[in-house]
Amino acid sequence: MTNLSGKCAIVGMGETVVGKRPDATTNSLHLEAIKACLDDAGIKASQVDGLLTNQPLNDSHRSYATKLSHMAGIDPLFATDLALGGATPIAMVQHAVMAIEAGMATTVVCVHARKRSTADPSPGHPIRRGDEHWEEPWGHFAAAGGHAFAAARHMYEFGTTSEDLAHVAISTRYHASLNKNATLRKPMTMEDHQNSRMIVAPLRLLDCSLESDGGGAVLVTSAERARDFPKKAVSILGMGQHHPHWSLLDAPTLTTLGGKKSSETAYRMAGLKPKDMQFAQIYDCFTITALITLEDYGFCKKGEGKDFVKNGRITIGGQIPLNTHGGLLSQAHLEGQLHITEAVKQLRGNEVEPERQVKNAKVGIVSGHGGSLAMHATMILGAL
Amino acid sequence: MSKDERGRATRRGQPFLEEPEAKPFWASLREHKLTAQRCASCQKIFGFPPQSHCPHCLSNEFKWVELSGKGTIYSHIAYHRAWHPAYQDKVPYNVSLVDLDEGGRLVTNVVGLPPEQVKIGMKVEVIFEDTADFTLPKFQPAK
Ligand SMILES: [Zn+2]
Repeated sequence: MTNLSGKCAIVGMGETVVGKRPDATTNSLHLEAIKACLDDAGIKASQVDGLLTNQPLNDSHRSYATKLSHMAGIDPLFATDLALGGATPIAMVQHAVMAIEAGMATTVVCVHARKRSTADPSPGHPIRRGDEHWEEPWGHFAAAGGHAFAAARHMYEFGTTSEDLAHVAISTRYHASLNKNATLRKPMTMEDHQNSRMIVAPLRLLDCSLESDGGGAVLVTSAERARDFPKKAVSILGMGQHHPHWSLLDAPTLTTLGGKKSSETAYRMAGLKPKDMQFAQIYDCFTITALITLEDYGFCKKGEGKDFVKNGRITIGGQIPLNTHGGLLSQAHLEGQLHITEAVKQLRGNEVEPERQVKNAKVGIVSGHGGSLAMHATMILGAL
Repeated sequence: MSKDERGRATRRGQPFLEEPEAKPFWASLREHKLTAQRCASCQKIFGFPPQSHCPHCLSNEFKWVELSGKGTIYSHIAYHRAWHPAYQDKVPYNVSLVDLDEGGRLVTNVVGLPPEQVKIGMKVEVIFEDTADFTLPKFQPAK
């Protein structure tokens, strides 16, 4: 088996302005992200030969990778929509690496955008997860509910508290306060968190992420071709996935998730360990998701996340800065696409506000998480 | 049941009684019986939602069997926000994951006590809540 560690690199990245974009559409946000990415990479759409995207949430956007390619002037030799929820942006990069190494494409755009903060009038119908009719008749409607089940169980098994979860939200907000392209920038206190209203107990409002408009894209090519691009290339060192259940009804546990095996695969591919990571851009749809993933990724033992997230360990300057852009909780919720672009910027070393730059960043880990805590993807990135 | 502009039933908040694999489940609930599929090959309970082949051994032979209706709470939450107008005056309300003694798990409600008194590990038993169109299995603390 060939080890794909370091065979491919990210040579371009783009982000849209995030937050409320009332005049934008799902299509325009994707195109805006692609344009920003290609401009950053210094190439034209005609030089791209692959495109991957996340299945949009409306059935008028079927076979969207092909549609988007041609809207952008790309003639793809490889294109597909992936559908792993918030694990998709990382999975797209993984598929790009596999397509490039298989000789099916050389230069692949991975793009994701959503319009969820303001209305996106569309001719189609919304796509749903598919098993809501086994949940909604009993009043279970929201992702907040699924993650609240995990939080309640983590509290029961390990004694984690709402105050412990607050440390994730407070640190992430601090990073957002340093990021000009973040939605919520006012620093958060423990009182703010504890006084925020209960949404689905035990999760409060400030345990929940944002609903956002925006998008991002990255450009993947072989390590050899990466030398021809103007910006510092970011090497893809490790990749993994694990999808340990589909719904809450078949989840063997809600306190260890796909991140454990997914990260083990990625660490093995990269030949690296948790202690080698200098930052972690961890999917934070809810505070509990990030806390569980920090445990699953081996930064601390299972059940010790409640103490690990304290004392500045996960804040810039600490042991493992978590979500240096402000994450889904405070920057924008774009299914973790901006966790990837943020990792690229950190590893380039001169593209974020100096106050939130990880000093001498050489290697970091990125996570994606989707569905009813069901799907997980991991990527380890390094500066070349 | 409301219809969308293509004439398809929109069932947000309601069970899908016509789902082929699940029809016997909803029919038995009408008679106040909680049932599940037991595999004829490996003898295990399929779990929920019902499906055509056993998730443990892929056999497509099974029997619908009545369960004891007893189970244990795996986790529980309390909705303080209503995502659906029908729940506007019901918040805060409990939603629980109940692991049934014979196998299988349901998203359900534990009723008969305030949400904050529901505990993980609590033994519960099924009760049946009838509406005009369907019957929902819910749970109360075991006697
Ligand atoms: Zn079987």
